[in-house]
Amino acid sequence: MYRILEKEVFSPIIKLMVIEAPKVARSCQAGQFVILRIHEEGERIPLTIADFDREKGTITIVFQEVGKTTEQLGAMNAGDSLRDFVGPLGVPSHIEKFGTVMVVGGGVGIAPVHPIARELKKAGNHVIGVIGSRTKELMFWEDKMREACSELHVTTDDGSYVRKGFVTDVMKEIIEDRGKENINLVLAIGPQPMMRACCNLTREYGLKTVVSLNALMVDGTGMCGCCRVSVGGVTKFVCVDGPEFDGHEVDWLELARRGAYFREEEQKARERAKEKHSCQCGCGGGK
Amino acid sequence: MADAQKPKKQIVPKKNPMPAQDPAVRSRNFNEVALGYSPETAIAEAGRCLQCKNEPCRQGCPVEVDIPAFLKLASEGDFAGAIAKIKEKNALPAVCGRVCPQENQCEKYCTLGKKHEPVGIGRVERFCADWELAKGVKLPEVAPPTGFKVAVVGSGPAGITCAADLAKLGHKVTMFEALHVAGGVLMYGIPEFRLPKAVVQAEVENVKKLGVEIEVNSVVGKFATVDQLMEEGGFDAVFIGTGAGLPYFMNIPGENLCGVYSANEFLTRTNLMKAYQFPEWDTPIKVGRKVAVLGGGNVAMDAARTALRLGAEESWIVYRRSDKELPARHEEVEHAHEEGVKFAFLTSPTRIIGDDNGVVKAMECIRYELGEPDASGRRSPVPIPGSEYTMEVDTVVVAIGQGPNPLVPRTTKGLEVNRKGNIVANPETGATSKPGVYAGGDVVTGAATVILAMGAGKVGARSIHDYLMAKKSAK
Ligand SMILES: Cc1cc2nc3c(=O)[nH]c(=O)nc-3n(C[C@H](O)[C@H](O)[C@H](O)COP(=O)(O)OP(=O)(O)OC[C@H]3O[C@@H](n4cnc5c(N)ncnc54)[C@H](O)[C@@H]3O)c2cc1C
Ligand code: SF4
Ligand code: FES
Repeated sequence: MYRILEKEVFSPIIKLMVIEAPKVARSCQAGQFVILRIHEEGERIPLTIADFDREKGTITIVFQEVGKTTEQLGAMNAGDSLRDFVGPLGVPSHIEKFGTVMVVGGGVGIAPVHPIARELKKAGNHVIGVIGSRTKELMFWEDKMREACSELHVTTDDGSYVRKGFVTDVMKEIIEDRGKENINLVLAIGPQPMMRACCNLTREYGLKTVVSLNALMVDGTGMCGCCRVSVGGVTKFVCVDGPEFDGHEVDWLELARRGAYFREEEQKARERAKEKHSCQCGCGGGK
Repeated sequence: MADAQKPKKQIVPKKNPMPAQDPAVRSRNFNEVALGYSPETAIAEAGRCLQCKNEPCRQGCPVEVDIPAFLKLASEGDFAGAIAKIKEKNALPAVCGRVCPQENQCEKYCTLGKKHEPVGIGRVERFCADWELAKGVKLPEVAPPTGFKVAVVGSGPAGITCAADLAKLGHKVTMFEALHVAGGVLMYGIPEFRLPKAVVQAEVENVKKLGVEIEVNSVVGKFATVDQLMEEGGFDAVFIGTGAGLPYFMNIPGENLCGVYSANEFLTRTNLMKAYQFPEWDTPIKVGRKVAVLGGGNVAMDAARTALRLGAEESWIVYRRSDKELPARHEEVEHAHEEGVKFAFLTSPTRIIGDDNGVVKAMECIRYELGEPDASGRRSPVPIPGSEYTMEVDTVVVAIGQGPNPLVPRTTKGLEVNRKGNIVANPETGATSKPGVYAGGDVVTGAATVILAMGAGKVGARSIHDYLMAKKSAK
């Protein structure tokens, strides 16, 4: 069992948890992920590591409630325990001195981008951070990102905080302003449509862009092939070959379709969990 | 029962049939198909044995179980004696009795089988093992602690056996498993209806009772490398039994469409994650109306039979060679037939076709014929030009084989692998190119059998023990 030591609620749907997992914390690096299971009947879901503390033996995860498991996870509290927690999985981010790196986090993607930005800066890069969320309520870790990056640009889709615009709008302004030759690498993490949009933009400028893919997974060790994706026309397993890939080479349509294959079942599971909840929590089903 | 008067023992030509669930019923449930002998039938079946002096059956057994001896004990109703005899060589009889390809091993060589049906050796073995499990297994004695620590990587039949033998010799053993339960393929691959998971877990519990610590959720090569286990973790030796878990695909167009699964994914979702109990269990699986399984081995049979149980109306085995070459266990092929699995022999897919949403809707296949015998005398299949046709399918399961997972070999300094990525180990000792590191099972041989993996675990344990004892006397 893996104990939840802390819980922070960033918004009704975005939550942070610090998990006691010394084995993972011992060796994990920026860009890697974990797979967790809440209870015996639970599914295995991957989450990218948002932070870690080797001394304390803890891993920080930040997640958005998008399905049954993340909703149940969100309802858990400090002191509760997760059934399974395995990692670190995947290949760590490639960290070296590139020069200037633009690091983009969209929505809950701000969390996994954070340790990578920190490492890139430590390696001597000038790190231009760009973070965006749909609305002010969903923004988090602005302070942590400001510290991890050399400079930080913040935006909201609806303009409720700092400025109005997508992260791609901000990226475009920066690239135009500084000149594409003065940016050596772009790294973008967030929802698939956002990463895809970032790649479409940077392709115009010929700017290499690394993305971190969130595929469906079962084992996370290269055993099942559920996570496969075409990159540059070659089949890769996200869990062992990734999660980071050259975004200009990713077959985004295939990734999106494979990700949606179980949507009906996911919906069913979610509704069932809600019904069950309303019968058991003593609230009388909200009547 | 069978009278022991040597020269004219009466021959019983047929095996006692194995009681089984009715095919029409069982093809829709996940309960075990073969129900097992009653004590009376086990005694009768064991009594068919002729007690041949030259013991041909024994030579067919990869671990040389003293078959005539255990059959004799069983025929006398001494099941405790019989199981003890089996366990001298086979650590996992309840598993092997169910899944060994006996028709290619012991039973293939059985004298009775020349003119009649061989003794049902596997069935009697299973009975004795189940009899013991039901009664509660008496734990063997454990030697006093030696002070040595051994890491076993992977908890399939190779790892479990190695860990148990080392623990009995007094070594402190920790078994690391990547998944959330121990058992390897026995848990995630072989279906419940063929090998109940309770049987596997009973074996795992017995290993724990010997003092073996099992750390699940531990991917070696990720949380720590083999080198780190030895240098920082204080392990004096390591046994690698990580299996052949890497699924191969056909490399044909359309293989990444939704509805195309590797057999590993299909079976893992169903067995390990219990997708057949969705939504009580969270992990889903979809099969649709018509399923095509590519391949002809045990894995393919398991997937095709699983598909029916998950609700498919039609389940097809699509195999490039003819029925004679099917590598699956004979009994599995028979059971698949009985349950209504259909077979397209001498057929192979050329591409998989998707609908507008990227979901499988059909598969284009080409027919093969058997060509001239090649150098080895085997007639290999050659495609018939222009014989392409389209088969409508909702799901495709690729079961054409698995290779070794490269995680451990890639992260272990000085560990030699062959061209296919299998760890190179001495078959007599399990020793690898790295001192103190031993390996066995599918990771060495490529996808093989439970009994061979079990045997390799035993060999590895003995060598590790010798290695540690030599180390001790060198101190
Ligand atoms: C569907 C299916 C049906 C089969 N049917 C039969 C049959 O009827 N009869 C028969 O004899 N054989 C059968 N086999 C083959 C048989 O199961 C294997 O030969 C046998 O299980 C191999 O044992 P093993 O211990 O070498 O490896 P495995 O059973 O594969 O176990 C390896 C274990 O190591 C773990 N592991 C891998 N990498 C790591 C790592 N880096 N760190 C920690 N742990 C790791 C894996 O998760 C796994 O649990 C079948 C196989 C399959 C897939
Ligand atoms: S070969 Fe058959 S009959 Fe002869 S000893 Fe072995 S099991 Fe008995
Ligand atoms: S999740 Fe199974 S291979 Fe990647």
